[in-house]
Amino acid sequence: MNGMNGQSQGPAGEWPAAIRTAAAGTPAAAARFSVAAREALGDPRLRRDLRTATTEIRRRRAAATGEVDDWEHLRAAGQAIKDHTLLNLDTYLEEVDRSVTEAGATVHWARNAAEARDIVIGLVAATGQTEAVTMRSAAGAEIGLGEALGAAGIRVHGTESAELIERLERDRPAAGAAPAGDGAGELAAAARSSLSALFQTAKVGLSGANFIVADTGTVVVVESEGNGRMCGTLPQTLITVAGIEKIVPTWADLEVFLQLLPRAGAGERMTPYVSSWTGVTAGDGPGEFHLVLLDNGRTNALADEVGRAALRCIRCSACLDVCPVYERTGAGPYGPVYPGPIGAILTPQLRGVERPLEASLPYASTLCGACADVCPVRIDIPEILVRLRGQVIESRRRRPVPTPEMAMMRSAAWALGDAGRYETTLRQTARWARLLARGGRIRRLPGLLGKWTDARDLPAPPGQTFRAWWRARAAAAARVPRRPGPPPRAPG
Amino acid sequence: MSDAKREILHRVRAALGEARGTQVKIPRDYHYRLVGADVATRADVVALFSERLADSLATVRHVGADELGTAVAAALWGAGVRRLVVPADLPYGWLAELDGVQICADSAAAGVDALTEAAGVVTGCAVAIAQTCTIVLDGGRAQGRRALTLLPGYHLCVVHADQIVGSVPEAIERLDPYRPLTWISGAPAAARLEPGRTEGVRHGPRVLDVLVVDEAAPVRAG
Repeated sequence: MNGMNGQSQGPAGEWPAAIRTAAAGTPAAAARFSVAAREALGDPRLRRDLRTATTEIRRRRAAATGEVDDWEHLRAAGQAIKDHTLLNLDTYLEEVDRSVTEAGATVHWARNAAEARDIVIGLVAATGQTEAVTMRSAAGAEIGLGEALGAAGIRVHGTESAELIERLERDRPAAGAAPAGDGAGELAAAARSSLSALFQTAKVGLSGANFIVADTGTVVVVESEGNGRMCGTLPQTLITVAGIEKIVPTWADLEVFLQLLPRAGAGERMTPYVSSWTGVTAGDGPGEFHLVLLDNGRTNALADEVGRAALRCIRCSACLDVCPVYERTGAGPYGPVYPGPIGAILTPQLRGVERPLEASLPYASTLCGACADVCPVRIDIPEILVRLRGQVIESRRRRPVPTPEMAMMRSAAWALGDAGRYETTLRQTARWARLLARGGRIRRLPGLLGKWTDARDLPAPPGQTFRAWWRARAAAAARVPRRPGPPPRAPG
Repeated sequence: MSDAKREILHRVRAALGEARGTQVKIPRDYHYRLVGADVATRADVVALFSERLADSLATVRHVGADELGTAVAAALWGAGVRRLVVPADLPYGWLAELDGVQICADSAAAGVDALTEAAGVVTGCAVAIAQTCTIVLDGGRAQGRRALTLLPGYHLCVVHADQIVGSVPEAIERLDPYRPLTWISGAPAAARLEPGRTEGVRHGPRVLDVLVVDEAAPVRAG
């Protein structure tokens, strides 16, 4: 595993390194979350690394968000700006199209991942180049851009030095396997110079984006390592792939997001590098700039009036670090799109809930709500998880054979739908349950219900139901004449 | 209009339905400027900038306008820079005291090779932000193209006191979005000293020195 080096690499169109690596390596037809999580849970080193890293980042984030006394006001503003943008997305998309084009760049539209890959491959091919450098971007990983370019005969050089350093470390003789101090420094220097040489010869750069400003046509990249700076500055041609939800209406709106993202993301006052560019600039940076706007399921999420809040996400990764589930499983089990609580609500919305992984993600949560508390744009992740659980159940209604859960729920609906049926069921169930009990506790329920008692005992139901007791009490009261009760006792 | 564009816009409109075009009121009651008694004056803001910068990996020195040439020479001597590249429009006076340093004025036509041969670069800046310990370059006066401050290993940045603002909103207001912008912020030194983690190497200069010129400068960058 890639360990935790990336946790503090912070926001950007990039996820932390451990996440990125896991996401890139997961095949498209992924297993259910609970199945995939077993492997991660069986790796004690991963769990230890995750715990160390998430604990540290939580500490830093608390400090960074606690030191500004208008943090809650910034969150409210961030939420409102994103909500406003989403509800007027068609207007802002057209404005982006216009402003970016006016700035001397070309805008491309991609309905889905395949279309986006084809556009990028076509653009690279048109330059006549067979190599490109890239910064890691969530959108690039989402559409499988690296693999597609490779298959098209275009060599893509990833530029994350932490990954390169780890590769160099692995390749070293075993004697030097525990690098310390100087050894690590040498590796860092080697990585740096090798990457630097790569950048200076590359003619095509690929990037993601954190924000696209509609009124000016400006693209913003927020990052820790400077890969975006390199990709956006040195090559002759720059291709940026960004989801349509990255738009903010005005330049001034960045005054909110450039405070929210660094502090919520890596717990920094400001991320080490923020780059922005508007089209092309003569004599500075690429001569050609292409912006690929990606839908790929985002309009599905937009159609759900509750679920669309997930599109506010600015990819800060704060919800990952506070999630008790993520802290134990890491990114891998969440599948190829996005990890953590935000992934658990984004992936099913972007890709539908029909397949096993997507259907399992809304359940990959304890609904503790820590994610909603830290989210800088106040996405109510538990609310959307619950809503998606409902959609998963709904989608199963169409199956010819009902799931055991659904069969049970249907019987429950039948029994609860009528007072007489309810009382009979209650009486019968209590009687059978008391037969199963030993010493007031039921240790094992029969059949599928037994899964529930795998981890806990069930208290035996009382001999008399509340309704029966109430009736008996009412009958007794009717026999005894009513007397005034004792006066209320004085306190103390 | 391409098919894809038409279809995506159509999908967006269909997805929003009646909610489309709803104007959401944006509460902008966050602080526009720094608040607090310790940042009440310009001098306090400048002091905060220096203090936070000194806390990070950068070193910072305060100089008067008439000492700038000497301070630049001293900083370059201290960093051992013998080969220097500078933006073509760097004020001549900044380099007047240099001795034994080879100076190359950058031009876009020179490609990037000339930049990697240089050990260091001297620039001005457009805006600096005290609260976040940030220097913003916009390619304007005395800053040159972006690659200039990306490839050499040493960067000496001259910040005039009147370029320092307190907060991010103030910086956003001053900056021109149509220029290519690079924001460089120092991470607190303590945050980078943790065991058990592979520290990614940053691209860009390994060493950043900052000279804060205390008197109002005759020319403002940008």
